[in-house]
Amino acid sequence: MSYEFLQQYWWFLVSLLAGLLAFLLFVQGGQSMIFSLSKTDSEKRLLVNVLGRKWEYTFTTLVTFGGAFFASFPLFYSTSFGGAYYVWMLILLCFVLQAVAYEFQSKPGNLFGKKTYQAFLFVNGLLGTVLIGAAIATFFTGSDFLVNKSNLTNLSEGFAPVISAWGSGWHGLDAALPVGNGTLLACLRNLSLGLAVFFLARTLATLFFVNRLNHAVLESRLKKTLWINAVPFVVLFLVFVIWTLLDKGYAVDKATGEVSLVQFKYFLNLIEMPVVLVLFLLGVVAVLYGVIATLFCKKFKKGIWYSGTGTVVTVLSLFLTAGYNNTAFYPSSTDLQSSLTIYNASSSPYTLTAMSWVSLLIPFVLAYIVYAWWSMEKKRTTVEDIIEDGHAY
Amino acid sequence: MEILSSLVDWSRAQFAMTAMYHWLFVPLTLGLGVIMSVMETLYVKTGNEQWKRAAKFWMTLFGINFAVGVATGLILEFEFGTNWSNYSWFVGDIFGAPLAIEGVVAFFMEATFISIMFFGWKRVSKKFHLASTWLTVIGATISSLWILVANAWMQYPAGTTFNPETVRNEMTDFWSVLFSPVAMNKFFHTVISAWVLGSIFVIGISSWFLLKKRQTDFALKSIRIGTVFGLISSIILLVTGHGSAYHVAQRQPMKLAVMEGLYHGKEKADLQAFAILNTSKTYDNTEDEFLLSIPVPIPGLLSWLGYDNCNAFVPGVSDIIKGGYQLPSGQTALSFDEKQRRGKEAIRSLSDFRQAAATGDAEAKAKAKVGLDENYDYFGYGYIDKAEDLIPNMPLVFYSFHIMVILGMYFILFFIVVGVLVYRKKFENIKWLQKLAIWTIPLAYVAGQTGWIVAEVGRYPWAIQEVLPLNAAVSKISTGSVQLTFFLFLALFSVLLVAELGILTRQIKKGPEAEVN
Repeated sequence: MSYEFLQQYWWFLVSLLAGLLAFLLFVQGGQSMIFSLSKTDSEKRLLVNVLGRKWEYTFTTLVTFGGAFFASFPLFYSTSFGGAYYVWMLILLCFVLQAVAYEFQSKPGNLFGKKTYQAFLFVNGLLGTVLIGAAIATFFTGSDFLVNKSNLTNLSEGFAPVISAWGSGWHGLDAALPVGNGTLLACLRNLSLGLAVFFLARTLATLFFVNRLNHAVLESRLKKTLWINAVPFVVLFLVFVIWTLLDKGYAVDKATGEVSLVQFKYFLNLIEMPVVLVLFLLGVVAVLYGVIATLFCKKFKKGIWYSGTGTVVTVLSLFLTAGYNNTAFYPSSTDLQSSLTIYNASSSPYTLTAMSWVSLLIPFVLAYIVYAWWSMEKKRTTVEDIIEDGHAY
Repeated sequence: MEILSSLVDWSRAQFAMTAMYHWLFVPLTLGLGVIMSVMETLYVKTGNEQWKRAAKFWMTLFGINFAVGVATGLILEFEFGTNWSNYSWFVGDIFGAPLAIEGVVAFFMEATFISIMFFGWKRVSKKFHLASTWLTVIGATISSLWILVANAWMQYPAGTTFNPETVRNEMTDFWSVLFSPVAMNKFFHTVISAWVLGSIFVIGISSWFLLKKRQTDFALKSIRIGTVFGLISSIILLVTGHGSAYHVAQRQPMKLAVMEGLYHGKEKADLQAFAILNTSKTYDNTEDEFLLSIPVPIPGLLSWLGYDNCNAFVPGVSDIIKGGYQLPSGQTALSFDEKQRRGKEAIRSLSDFRQAAATGDAEAKAKAKVGLDENYDYFGYGYIDKAEDLIPNMPLVFYSFHIMVILGMYFILFFIVVGVLVYRKKFENIKWLQKLAIWTIPLAYVAGQTGWIVAEVGRYPWAIQEVLPLNAAVSKISTGSVQLTFFLFLALFSVLLVAELGILTRQIKKGPEAEVN
């Protein structure tokens, strides 16, 4: 296997994990609705419990996404996490809140009471989705950082010999706020994706509830909820996609490694990679089909599978657009030549090969996840099921 | 330089704090996990509902504890990037792989089957449920394998080579990373220490039920399993502990010297049973090392632990700095000054190499490469200012080590005494021993924490032993930013710990009778 093939293969896997993560963020979307969707405590409990049986998948996918990114493109790990410090810390913080909230909320002696832990779930649902979305948007809009490997050989007094450095002290908050070197337009674009991810997560959560809940009152509210979330999602997503396709993108000259700004770069990527274009369109259609069929067909309960799969495929194709076809996947808007590409940021051929052998286990892992999921979800969940379960939240 | 050192200190503090909190929760997951799985196995084999109830009771405690372990673990993984940015690039080619494998192989196993373990009692068959419980625990154990492989590599970097083109270390042999003797020993020592903690936890909590005269049958059943499991584990722990000392002596002699407060090396060195350090002692003055010292009455025990030979020479802090003694390999040890000189030479050669590469000067590039290859073994020393910077915090490492060892010995005795009395059916009547069992629980946590202090503080000043010192591994962020997140996480983790203890206590008081069948 050539080095280039390995780099592309690993970018594909990272992109696939990103797609799966985007789909599984439905848990976060659901968490942001537990207060607005429920009117009684038993309704709220049902919502919390159907989500509580799935939250670990999202959490684990996030951790694995981080680990896989580290192993395959370590320069991204060191540049983005060490640079956009505040954003990543905020994201992590709200996932810490989530990790304890399910288990602790209904247990006596939990110090804060149930409401607080449910508020933690809400915070995770809101911040987790918006910030991850905005952070991913910078894959297209660029960030304010410098990479210079020669810094490591600078032994001057008091100099931290650090290879990657963020341009301003805002450490990533400049992706969402017009501070430091962040421009208002770039922030708006980043936020449009952040909010699109938020509404997508809520849309998917609604579809998940349609599929899983056996509760007449809650079910009667879901259609309206779907409208309220799907429409802003579609609008914000289109804003981000059209803006990105029409704007300049970060192109790499493969021979010299030089990065330059090219008009319509991401649009050209889709045209030049028809398979990715087809994937993107199929993904979008599947997402919309899941939503529309649920809205207009009363008995249709499988929307989550169409929209979920569509989300995986759409996000996968967006990531491929950001990294394939001689494009810098994590561009520096301050210094184009500091931009990260799948070629200059990747692990060595040896490590990528070793990791590729490990990746052969992924289908096996997916198979047991699917098997476990189905063995637990043979019928839709009622309030009584939750009460009967020894370990309900 | 002061600004840099304060950034490094705060970054270390944040990492240490996260790791220590993480290690408050993980050992119980690993240890209690095995015990509850054994109980569920007994239930499935015998059909005795009492075993089911017991398993479910311990599972409830497992779940409460598991959540905070997951939360702190997330932060730990990402802190390699957020706070140790250079590290992530310089050794990411080796270090990232175990983390990714941990995710793919272990975390999904845990996440998938824990859900069946908790919610599947009525949805899947008995045997499928039992398999899920075991798979949850096996997943947790495999995850600790991979992260400990990564940690062992930081102590003993094997299977790697430096690539000046990419300015990083690259993996050359996956198997020598995975199966390095340090990694294997570390895995068993750490996981088995968690089994000991799990056993002590079960015995302690069950003793509380005996004291309250509640659920005595359940309590005695649990104690029996805890004692057998704990005694076997603690004896293996002793063996792997010796393995750890041996590896430290071979690869990290400074750590061993500091663990034993040894400034001036000697042959036939004794192990200190109890000692008080003389804090005004430095490596280059002639004061005594200890204000008070009582060695273990086995001559040459430290030499034996470190080198499997009672007469072996154990170098002290001063010897390691001044060099000149004979290494186990037969070579003469270099002084710090010489290592530092060669480290700076390696860094300069790397700089020359990069400049030559940029200008396309092949001859200069080849020459620089020779200089780099000759001196790369000391690369990390080029970033170290002065000899004192090589010495870890001796009181912290020294006392932690001795507390850990004394507790380890105590645990063996504890399991034997409890075991014998349970076997003779006398344990349920000895109240003071039941109280002692409860108080042994915090001691098990102390042993685990002090063990990690020895391992990690003892590695100072290296992020990667002799390859990358901490001051060259850190991220470029302001000290204030790290302080902010440090206090934020400190407050959050502390509050979560208090909440967890509150919930655990209530849940324990409810007892196994509250478990629904």
